[in-house]
Amino acid sequence: MLGIDDPYVVAAYLGSIAMTLTGLLYGLIRRNASPDAVTIEDRLWALEEREAGRDL
Amino acid sequence: MAGHPSVGWIDIIVILVYLSATAYLGWLGYRGTRSAADFLVGGRSAHPVVMAVSYGATFISTAAIVGFGGVAGLFGMSLLWLTVLNIGVGILIAFIVLGEPTRRLGHRLGAHTFPELLGQRYQSRGIQVFAGALIFLFMPLYAAAVMTGGSVFAAAQFGIEFEVALLIFALITAAYVIPGGIKAVMYTDTMQGFVMIFAMIFLLVFTYMALGGVTEAHRELTDMSDLVPPPLADLGHRGWTAMPAFGWGASTYDLWWTVITALVLGVGIGVLAQPQLVVRFMTVRSRRELDRGVPIGAFFILLMVGTPFVVGSLSNAWFARHGPLLHGEVIEVISAETGRARVGLMQEVAPERWTPLLHPRTGGPVVVPMVVADRQPAQDIEGRSFERVTGRSIVATYTGGDADRIIPTYITAALPRWFGVIFFLALLAAAMSTMSSQFHTIGTAAGRDLYESVARGGRRREPSILVMRLAIMLGLLLAVTISYTIRQEYVVARFTAIFFGLCAASFLPAYIGGLFSRRVTRAGALASMSVGMSLSLFWLAFIKEREASAIGLVQRITGGQNSLLADVPNWPAVDPIIIALPASLITLVVVSAFTKPPGAEHLRRCFPDSTGTGRAAAPGQGRSD
Repeated sequence: MLGIDDPYVVAAYLGSIAMTLTGLLYGLIRRNASPDAVTIEDRLWALEEREAGRDL
Repeated sequence: MAGHPSVGWIDIIVILVYLSATAYLGWLGYRGTRSAADFLVGGRSAHPVVMAVSYGATFISTAAIVGFGGVAGLFGMSLLWLTVLNIGVGILIAFIVLGEPTRRLGHRLGAHTFPELLGQRYQSRGIQVFAGALIFLFMPLYAAAVMTGGSVFAAAQFGIEFEVALLIFALITAAYVIPGGIKAVMYTDTMQGFVMIFAMIFLLVFTYMALGGVTEAHRELTDMSDLVPPPLADLGHRGWTAMPAFGWGASTYDLWWTVITALVLGVGIGVLAQPQLVVRFMTVRSRRELDRGVPIGAFFILLMVGTPFVVGSLSNAWFARHGPLLHGEVIEVISAETGRARVGLMQEVAPERWTPLLHPRTGGPVVVPMVVADRQPAQDIEGRSFERVTGRSIVATYTGGDADRIIPTYITAALPRWFGVIFFLALLAAAMSTMSSQFHTIGTAAGRDLYESVARGGRRREPSILVMRLAIMLGLLLAVTISYTIRQEYVVARFTAIFFGLCAASFLPAYIGGLFSRRVTRAGALASMSVGMSLSLFWLAFIKEREASAIGLVQRITGGQNSLLADVPNWPAVDPIIIALPASLITLVVVSAFTKPPGAEHLRRCFPDSTGTGRAAAPGQGRSD
């Protein structure tokens, strides 16, 4: 298949594409499935992170 | 041996324009809200494309493109299993399974580095120092791999010495990371990511078109299996579109164990415990942002890793069909029907007078597989008549067997010159986006995880900027020294695999246990990390032949052997991750089972479930060692 005789290499070649398609499908299905809220602890963390970045 | 190496004014202008654009975006990042933390503070969301491409650009470096692409040129498409793992593990599992728990735990505990995350989770300053020290000591090895990959390409593309290319690369890196570019600015990473995407798409399409299409190109490569050099065939190489021979107990299986355990599993699993990537999850706004990043991340990695592996392998077919002509005398006929033979290469030293080409290291004749195109009577330097054959060979012949030069040699020989400059920019982009994270991680490991924890007794304070900057400069110097000093077989891929494997064995069980288990204890985590690191280093120094022989300790102990298990087939080819990771995992489980579990209050802080709690105690509190 595809000019490659070894089935394990064909599996890797197609498996790479299949993994990518799985990722695409997952992204489509879960696009808005999870909440998108930013909590206080998220903000506190980001403030600290930003301060550290600025110091640097 | 091939190509059009030189530096033109247009090359310099294009590179300067690119660097200026990078600097401009970085400057914008500091003026406005362009970092991941800025988005989060502002309560806004980075576009998923920006988030995923930025992550991918940090993930992928010259090590993957030049290093592993070159290894694919040598060993073939079996390396595509690493692409499967890079997407399946590095994107799907990392984003879907680990991303959100990491983000939530990091925010709850106020952790800003990977060692700090582990230290806070296990209430152990010792664990934070341990992880920080390991990163500080060994991350330069990975940075050296990235730097070597870029320098090898620059040397081939612009016709300059490797040492000069390394110096230029180091100066560009220093200019980027030391004054302020070390904090990743997402838009800069994203621009670099898009340059990489364009370069990879063009490279893949060009290569398939040059060889007549997908199936035709693969078929041509499949039919070249009889051109595999005998030293590689003796290790189990069965062609560039076939897996190496699998088995145990004979040296003819060594290649399988090298490819699968070191390159595929070491890097494929090791990515989960990469400190600079784990930290990225903490900068994400929400689970939704992670979910949306999955498809772009998967596509990006497919292009960045799949393309070099396929093109690296197919470069053998391109050189056998279009490569520069070589001359020599037939040593052994491989196939009279297809005109293939093993040929002792010869060079013309005087008009119509030929002499054998000698190997610079061994001093013996250089014998290569050849697709013979022409035969002519000729005379050697002593007047002996012989049949001079002319033809082409596999890519390794044109690089002197050096896998790290395969991708650069192919680009300069096969593709238009303008693409070479674009590809250089893509490599520069890949290197800078990765190295900015690497050196930032080195800096925070030294400043935040080591200096603050040890010298300051763990009291919370502003990070020591001076220590961070010194650590970054020291790391850079160390990486350049390693790149300059060590030039061995496929060293770019090997250094990467060593660092990834070491991180996996040392951190992965404790990291995943810390995310998902309430029963894992501080003692279990520390023991697991110690066992994982110690076993990995022992295996590298005394068992794994290639690394052990380079380190040299085992030769002193055994009186000249390259491995303690040199007489036992296959063990010297097995990567440490096969031994160290399971041992680290078992240690975590066993020691945790017999030691006191963490306190209920700390567990509620780490895993508040749906009830939710306020912010964790200030970082640094609650540690008992």
